[in-house]
Amino acid sequence: MPILQPIGRTFLVFLEATGRLTLFTALSLSHCLRPPFYPRLVFRQMVEIGYYSLPVVGLTAIFTGMVLALQSYTGFARFSAESAIPNVVVVSITRELGPVLAGLMVAGRVGASMAAEIGTMRVTEQVDALDTLATNPFKYLIAPRLIAGLTMLPILVLIADIIGVFGGYIVSTQKLGFNPVTYLKNTWDFIEPQDVVSGLVKAAVFGFLVTLMGCYHGYNSRGGAQGVGTATTNAVVSASILILSFNYFITELFFAR
Amino acid sequence: MNERPAATLSPGQDAAAARSGTPKIAIRGLSKAFGPKVVLDGIDLDIQAGESMLVIGGSGSGKSVLLKCILGLLHPDAGSIKVDGEEVVGLYGAELDRVRRKFGMLFQNAALFDSLPVWENVAFGLIQGQRMARGAAREIALQKLGAVGLGEDVGELMPAELSGGMRKRVGLARAIATEPEIIFFDEPTTGLDPIMGDVIDRLIVKCVKELGATALSITHDMASARRISDRVAMLYKGKIIWTGRTAEIDRSGNPYVDQFIHGREEGPIQMQVRDL
Repeated sequence: MPILQPIGRTFLVFLEATGRLTLFTALSLSHCLRPPFYPRLVFRQMVEIGYYSLPVVGLTAIFTGMVLALQSYTGFARFSAESAIPNVVVVSITRELGPVLAGLMVAGRVGASMAAEIGTMRVTEQVDALDTLATNPFKYLIAPRLIAGLTMLPILVLIADIIGVFGGYIVSTQKLGFNPVTYLKNTWDFIEPQDVVSGLVKAAVFGFLVTLMGCYHGYNSRGGAQGVGTATTNAVVSASILILSFNYFITELFFAR
Repeated sequence: MNERPAATLSPGQDAAAARSGTPKIAIRGLSKAFGPKVVLDGIDLDIQAGESMLVIGGSGSGKSVLLKCILGLLHPDAGSIKVDGEEVVGLYGAELDRVRRKFGMLFQNAALFDSLPVWENVAFGLIQGQRMARGAAREIALQKLGAVGLGEDVGELMPAELSGGMRKRVGLARAIATEPEIIFFDEPTTGLDPIMGDVIDRLIVKCVKELGATALSITHDMASARRISDRVAMLYKGKIIWTGRTAEIDRSGNPYVDQFIHGREEGPIQMQVRDL
């Protein structure tokens, strides 16, 4: 029947894309573990992903912490539960907002740039040139980025956690009249190691997903400038969707009782 | 002597190949299709050690696909490619890299790495492929840049700062830096003015001769073709329809070759052009 044809075609395209991505991921991971390694390139990517993302992630974290304190206050004041604000801020930031927002910001900044860079290399035959110079593009281009994403996102998120909590602290003490010592004590007493660890595990997974999507879409881009543009868009969109969906599954893994 | 009969679409198995020993590159029955479009259709071609072979053919005739199949960048659907008698179809990983170390390639737009300075582009194969120390590789890179007429100061520039002719020269320096046994030239003069085209051609001939390398080039530019090649093969509709010595191409007796080398619209090769 004609109506079934597009459904079947779409399903087959989906299966093909899933298979291609799975193979790409397996190949990339295997090259991360096998020599030769390129420490110089890994370090360069660590600086690119970690150091240069710090301003945007830090700003996102501090404003998120500030808004969180403000919004919690307007809600909790109705029930005279203002004292729960430090707890809400620290748990929200460490468990969810820190890793998710940092992941999304890095997807926009780093994932897009990786897709554009590798995509341009692909359409200008630079990837073919690597092959002809007996250098595996998976080892030279992709493995350093994956390793850097996997390791730098947790560090970024740890810093974002501290800055986010500090944002809540600033608003609570300067605007909402909280006692600074009590605020910090409540924060410290309430936080559990699992809150921070779950956030860092999420960050590592998100870092891997962002770099994987940037590399995958860039590596498979075709057709000149338009192809690179499409790859960049797809890298950011797919990384964002994967971050949000994996966030749910990891949360369930850590906190579902 | 080497020509196929005029206008026959028979495979271009060349007589010259048969008279010597193992060819440097031996291609048999090579086929490659992209979906329903057949690009290479059972190609046979031998390239002898030390000779400079040129493949001509219209746009989209499969010249670049042929090069990419030999280099293992594309996997052929059928056929055999032997380099020094060793089958390369089906090789992958370290085995394929070992064979690739015999090759150098000058890409159409040079394909220089944007993120690396010129000297590191030239030294790339030495540093990454041969694990040479950076200092020693830099010395060789500067020497190779000198061989293509570029000074040491160019070595510190980024590829984006180079003109088209300089990019080609850097690409040539990169192709010869590892002193490969076989060098591929993909449209070496495309996009260059005629004088710079001549300069690049002369450099190609000089470098190939000095290295004693085997060369395989593809081009549309017949002036360049005559300067850089010993033998020519013409690719049409996925098949080699003529091979012969470059000096005899004007007397090929093949109407396809005649039409192509004279750039005439009239002839057996029909271009698909829609009326205005």
